[in-house]
Amino acid sequence: MSKDIKIKKGLDIKLVGAAEKTLADAPKSRTYVIKPSDFHLVTPKMLFKEGAAVKAGEPLFYSKKDERIKFVSPVSGTLTEIRRGAKRVITHLVIEADGTETTHEFSKLDVNNADAEAIKERMLEAGLWPFIKQRPYDIIAAVDTTPEAIFVSGHNSAPLAPDYNFSLKGKEAALQAAVTALAKLTSGKVHLSVAKTADSVFGNLKDVELHTVSGPHPSGNVGTQINKIQPVNKGETVWTVTAENLAIIGELFLTGKFNPERVISVSGSSVKKPQYYKTKIGAEVSTFAYSAGINGDNVRMISGNVLTGDQVSADGHLGYYHNEFVAIPEGDDYEFFGWNKPVFNKISSSRALTFSWLFPNKKYDLDTNTNGEHRAFVVTGNYEEVFPMDIYPLQLLKACMVEDLDAMEALGMYEVAPEDFALTEFVCVSKQPHQAIIRKGLDLMHEEIG
Amino acid sequence: MGLKEKLHSIKEDFKGKKMAPAFNALHTFLYTPNETTHSGGHIRAVDDLKRTMNTVIIALLPVLVWGIFNAGYQHYAAIDAAQGVVREASLFGNFFTWDNFIMGAWTVLPLVIVSYGVGLAVEFVFAVIKGHEVEEGYLVTGMLVPLIVPVDIPLWMLAVAVVFGVVIGKEVFGGTGMNILNPALTIRAFLFFAYPTWMSGDKVWVHGAQAAAGTPDAFSGETILGSYAQNNSVVYDFADKFFGFIPGSVGETSTFLIIIGGLFLMFTKIASWRIILSAVVGAAVMGLIFNGVVDQGWITESSKFYGLMSTPFWEHLIIGGIAFGIVYMATDPVSGAQTNTGKYWYGFLIGFFSIMIRVFNPAYPEGVFLAILLMNVFAPTIDHYVVQANVKQRMKRLKLKTA
Repeated sequence: MSKDIKIKKGLDIKLVGAAEKTLADAPKSRTYVIKPSDFHLVTPKMLFKEGAAVKAGEPLFYSKKDERIKFVSPVSGTLTEIRRGAKRVITHLVIEADGTETTHEFSKLDVNNADAEAIKERMLEAGLWPFIKQRPYDIIAAVDTTPEAIFVSGHNSAPLAPDYNFSLKGKEAALQAAVTALAKLTSGKVHLSVAKTADSVFGNLKDVELHTVSGPHPSGNVGTQINKIQPVNKGETVWTVTAENLAIIGELFLTGKFNPERVISVSGSSVKKPQYYKTKIGAEVSTFAYSAGINGDNVRMISGNVLTGDQVSADGHLGYYHNEFVAIPEGDDYEFFGWNKPVFNKISSSRALTFSWLFPNKKYDLDTNTNGEHRAFVVTGNYEEVFPMDIYPLQLLKACMVEDLDAMEALGMYEVAPEDFALTEFVCVSKQPHQAIIRKGLDLMHEEIG
Repeated sequence: MGLKEKLHSIKEDFKGKKMAPAFNALHTFLYTPNETTHSGGHIRAVDDLKRTMNTVIIALLPVLVWGIFNAGYQHYAAIDAAQGVVREASLFGNFFTWDNFIMGAWTVLPLVIVSYGVGLAVEFVFAVIKGHEVEEGYLVTGMLVPLIVPVDIPLWMLAVAVVFGVVIGKEVFGGTGMNILNPALTIRAFLFFAYPTWMSGDKVWVHGAQAAAGTPDAFSGETILGSYAQNNSVVYDFADKFFGFIPGSVGETSTFLIIIGGLFLMFTKIASWRIILSAVVGAAVMGLIFNGVVDQGWITESSKFYGLMSTPFWEHLIIGGIAFGIVYMATDPVSGAQTNTGKYWYGFLIGFFSIMIRVFNPAYPEGVFLAILLMNVFAPTIDHYVVQANVKQRMKRLKLKTA
């Protein structure tokens, strides 16, 4: 029973500098970095010491909570540094690539005939498990649960988002293998939502419930789709996998190799020649950023999208889950009478002498300025306009801030992830950090309720 | 070194010091700060609280200007009337005149200055003591206050009321965004209950009425509501009432300009159209009920409620402070209902109770501020039931699943 999901509430943030659909190979990265902080709530237990030689696809560390969950190296080379931060928490694992691409190989697995246990085991040992996230809590899935359903979004509606039909072209067989495998791990179905366009790479997949989704961002957020298809109830778990990671999972079953390759979009108004690049998980951002060209030096570089990504420095690395890189100007400057003069060059969800409503198709060159200071919640009703889930966003945020677990549970905390609050954060007049508030609330719930 | 750089270096000097919020409050009026995003999304929409509040002030300015001219106009009209000269209001003939402006500005602007001066001083003190930035809530409150008081209110009285309203109405709850009652209405209510003889009656609505009392030139500056409440006939015609050539609180008289302001606020999405629309409907419904009661003959002319009950329901909407209250005060997002469904109920009940209080409280026939304060108190209750409906739905979903 596939659904036609139409989203009305939301906001398409149209930015200058979308990637052109041309693909280039990024220059080879010298080092690769895995940041354990990408894996929320995972405490790493190292399998190697500094200076050890590792193969591509060989586990580097496992999770302290569940040693079956392994995290692998994207390339072969030497683990040159285990960088630690405050309280000796491991922050960076630096691998110097040797360029040989010696890969830690597994035998192929015929997903059509394999049973759930075999599939699970292969995914765990090959380091594919971190690609599976669960709701509630938006963390790496617990191994021993059987999810009610598995959700994949085949539509990316975020600003400047890469187009899956371009970045995953030719991966149809891998995607098919992955969904066939995942379908065996759930008591329900694998739900895949795609935009209503012809010729989708997902169009001909079997073993999957295909939905079409339309409307403004966050229609492509998997959280929105879950809420419309089969919302998470208390006590239930659903899994989510992003489409690009689905391809990596499938490829491992088909070839026996962990293929860390990513086709990423390099975009943003500070990028000279925005286009797609082929690179690998954890690669130096400078390899593709400077190949595409960066305008100016006061630039915010982001691994991931502008709403949910992480800031990276020019010598930083692509995040484990990220499939795009964005560069936009920093906004660390004052603006004379910025609070009362009419504004034409920035996006607003109101019409308070702001005129973005007049130009619905104009593309904007936004910087990182907050356009105001942090305040208490005052305005009401504006979050609801951009929040399509059947949840009261303001009330849920307040429940998180006062750490009221009962209210959080009752108001639908099990269904949300921080990214679902990226748009309410964007339009927030009081400049409150919504995503951080939700993340903190989820962590508290995870700790108290489990 | 330009102004921007100079201010920046002063800001750096103040950083971490006690007076920093006071300086920043002034600084951010000139320049939006150089803050960049640090967590979550990397971009933000342009709207901030200053812009939001500023939009409300823009919507209030026409009303203020009208209030200034009307204060002068009513003063001279009343003097003329006392001498037996009847004036027909005409916009450019005898309304927008220099004399009216001077007289009006002389009485109204001190109210504005006292309201802002005292209120902002309290805000700054609390911000410095508590070490947070000065929030913009008072920008609107400070403009509302002079518009909802009688012209002849003594300034010391206003100052006392503002201190009370800001401290007890807002700061004790934690400042802007935390208050339960609308601060401007708290100030109004304080004045009403603390100085009832000043705030009601017929001597405060027109400048000079108090001073002239007892002299041969004595005149009364009764509001239309006051006349109706005493079952007197009203001398003003529809155009007078609608466009605002009538005595009353400074900002409440011109329904026409209030409607313009309301449309502007709804269009800019600053005020909730849900509240405004449902409040108008609520007031009309209550008015129609009373009209029906009179039509049935249950209330006759001998009743003291007759005057206001027989007032046509549409006239209720253009006399007194109800239009002003609905557009500018009921839509306060902090003290109002916060859910969209709740806003319909909240607005409807404000309109409904405004007219009810107006009719049944002849001693002081102005219901809207009491109705809004009452609904401020009940807004969380309304929201509670709206949110519970969502919670119950979620529980039902779970039960369906497990059953």
